[in-house]
Amino acid sequence: MPDTFKPRTAEEARDVVRWAMAEHEPLEIVGQASKRAIGRPVQAGHLLDMSGLAGIELYEPEELVLTALPGTPIAEIEAALAASNQELAFDPLDYGPLLGNPAGQGTLGGVIAANLAGSKRLKHGAARDHVLGMDAVSGRGEIFHSGGRVVKNVTGYDLPRALTGSWGTLAVATRITLKVLPRAQTEATFLLSGLGDAEAATTMTTAMGSSAEVSAAAHLPAAAAQDLAARGHALSGPATLLRLEGFGPSVDYRFERLRALLGAGRSVSRVEADASRALWRAVRDADAFVGTDDLVWRLSVAPTAGASVVAQLAGRFACKAFYDWSGGLVWLAVPGADARAEAIRAAIAACGGGHATLVRAPAPLRSSIPVFQPQPAPLAALAARLKEQFDPHGILNPGRMTAGH
Amino acid sequence: MSGIAMPKPDEAVLSRRGEIVRALKEMVPGEGVIDTDIGMRVYETDGFNAYRQMPMVVVLPETVEQVSAVLHYCHENGVKVVPRGAGTSLSGGALPLGDGVLMSMMKFNKVLDIDAANRAVVAQPGVTNLGITRAVEHLGFYYAPDPSSQIACSIGGNIAENSGGVHSLKYGLTTNNVLGLEMVLITGEVIRLGGKHLDSEGYDLLALMTGSEGLLGVVTEVTVRILQKPETARAALVGFPSSEAGGQCVAEIIGAGIIPGGMEMMDELAINFAEDFVNVGYPREAGALLIVELDGPEAEVDHLLAEVEAIARRNGATSLRVSTSEEERLAFWAGRKSAFPAVGRISPDYLCMDGTIPRRALPQVLARMRELSEKHGLRCANVFHAGDGNLHPLILYDANKPGELERAEDFGADILRLCVEVGGVLTGEHGVGIEKRDLMPVMFSEDDLKQQQRVKCAFDPKQLLNPGKVFPELHRCAELGRMHVSKGQLPFPDIPRF
Repeated sequence: MPDTFKPRTAEEARDVVRWAMAEHEPLEIVGQASKRAIGRPVQAGHLLDMSGLAGIELYEPEELVLTALPGTPIAEIEAALAASNQELAFDPLDYGPLLGNPAGQGTLGGVIAANLAGSKRLKHGAARDHVLGMDAVSGRGEIFHSGGRVVKNVTGYDLPRALTGSWGTLAVATRITLKVLPRAQTEATFLLSGLGDAEAATTMTTAMGSSAEVSAAAHLPAAAAQDLAARGHALSGPATLLRLEGFGPSVDYRFERLRALLGAGRSVSRVEADASRALWRAVRDADAFVGTDDLVWRLSVAPTAGASVVAQLAGRFACKAFYDWSGGLVWLAVPGADARAEAIRAAIAACGGGHATLVRAPAPLRSSIPVFQPQPAPLAALAARLKEQFDPHGILNPGRMTAGH
Repeated sequence: MSGIAMPKPDEAVLSRRGEIVRALKEMVPGEGVIDTDIGMRVYETDGFNAYRQMPMVVVLPETVEQVSAVLHYCHENGVKVVPRGAGTSLSGGALPLGDGVLMSMMKFNKVLDIDAANRAVVAQPGVTNLGITRAVEHLGFYYAPDPSSQIACSIGGNIAENSGGVHSLKYGLTTNNVLGLEMVLITGEVIRLGGKHLDSEGYDLLALMTGSEGLLGVVTEVTVRILQKPETARAALVGFPSSEAGGQCVAEIIGAGIIPGGMEMMDELAINFAEDFVNVGYPREAGALLIVELDGPEAEVDHLLAEVEAIARRNGATSLRVSTSEEERLAFWAGRKSAFPAVGRISPDYLCMDGTIPRRALPQVLARMRELSEKHGLRCANVFHAGDGNLHPLILYDANKPGELERAEDFGADILRLCVEVGGVLTGEHGVGIEKRDLMPVMFSEDDLKQQQRVKCAFDPKQLLNPGKVFPELHRCAELGRMHVSKGQLPFPDIPRF
């Protein structure tokens, strides 16, 4: 019968890891377990539940900094920031509905462990770009501190950033400090209807190369747009979306700039503030794929390559796709039991490189194929050496990212 | 040499110098190996020129294969390697080792690919920071991080130091603007990280490499993000009676939700040094000068400048000018950008410090700095990136006066301790190098530092890449790898367990 340990302090978390180390009993680390179904199933007999280390320790809006414990619900952090007209600019996506869970769950620790960012990552950077400091327990059972609480800091290796996105395989965060940013006064979405994928890709890169300061750029082919229309969003046919945020007159001015640059002979419409926010939440959280049995992939490629990768794959097997990050993030839904991992990764390699992650699939499939992109031998060996340095006994989330460590 | 000790040279390596030089000449033919005193002299120091050390030999590879061959040879033969870019580091990161190979990357000086559609540039590490902007400005793009040395410093060096600049507040540091790297490990293995896609896969080794000061690998190619030049940029030049008033104004600007493209402050001494040097009309009587630059669409810039103006007046601004032309905007910046040479003209020598503090601690830190100036009997001019709390105190001294360098170093160390004490850090953008190496325990515990050094062990277990930098003492990897596991008892019966 597996045990669940629920420490209330960093020291207690350390003690659990020390015990696990001594007993050679690996631990699976969870917050609210909302992303437990992402990655390879962990081979561990016990759960280390970090939700007991919760709460915002420090929030100074005028310093643009927030420190919180890893079990703090991300919703609580977002609400605290909103009360001061601030936000997490990396726009963490909410995997809940896509994975069949309720929306609004998840903890800060989970967001950082998974380096979760949403549509605005295009302009504002990923979660890792907003992490300033981290205290953590290594797999050696030592508490260590890294980074700081100021934006400019090159004192030692950038461990807080390096631990972000490591899925709990290197260390267990016990305190996290983030950079926060002012929230835009308002927003609007510049919507172009009826573009094919390739034309949309060119349009998005043109917009991103303009001075219109687009904060997010996505394209929904007809099928994905129809799925979102069925969920109440005012879309009909393929939709190319360009998000503009800022104070009112600036948004209006930039909207007209985009119209002059891209609108000639095309169907342009404007989605206003609340509807725009709702639409982008739906894009960010892949609502188009919610509630189906399809296997879901996230592909990260150069923005101009997204449409080419999808065109190659669509010619080989049935799939549905839509694009975020100006075409550089492809959400791909594959029906059936064959995840098509090799074909997908070959298409990415043929289009200039990148990587693919299988984010929704039944556990047996996630155990049998590489969920995360396999790496060339020297790089994989370096990653294994890093794991060895942080977690020599393989106590922390063993097998979550790659088989064997 | 003053008080910073470097690792003891390895006599066994030094005795094989002839053989090592011959081997290197086979790998890097032509002019690629320098082993004469006169030829090596230019490499004996970097921008932290209080310290000098001749290398054993200098090598200037031109291809990735040569870098790989040299590193592999050094790894096999236990020879230390110090990578070097343009040598503008202010922390001694490229100080040679007497028993080491100094590897200059400055022959890697080509821009390889300009990809406007993907807003990316692929360049070799020896390309200057400004060289990247120069290569793309005809397309309306620029590279955002802009250290003051951007005309000379190399993009590879920027990676090593995670360089910032006046634009960091809004556009981030190097680490936020790098998409990919090609690098060579000490074993000679070539590794590629990231590319033109946004998130690199697996562990974020890009984050580890950026700011790793040449200790983890040698960068042979970088892919950086370029940005569209903002439609317009205008600056306000605001004088305040004191740094405290200026600091309060900065806090209110950010509190109002405004993130300027740049926000810089100078104290009275720095204002006057700069004005003597460039003569652009800085208010000499002001206790502090604030430059606030807004960039973006014209309508937005005008609107925000009006807000900044109102905030400045509320905070007791004694003078306020807003640029009306590009020439005037550049003139506002001219003094700030030339602060270091301006001080260099006044004083025979100066130390440029680089700590970061939480913004709100600014008044307290400046007051303490004035006390420290009295205590050490040395003048100190302050220029700082006010928006992100990154201070650059310039300590004036004369190296020819016995004891002054030591006093300046003590003064600098006191300032950095103060930065950590108020919740800040030892270095914001210049790196630890040798300059702040022995202060690392002020900020980190032994366990913190050990965990950092274990990262080094994953990349370079023999510790041949730039040893003696960043970490105050070299622990052998075997010693760092030891585990003390005590068997058995679950020592916490009261931890909730289900």
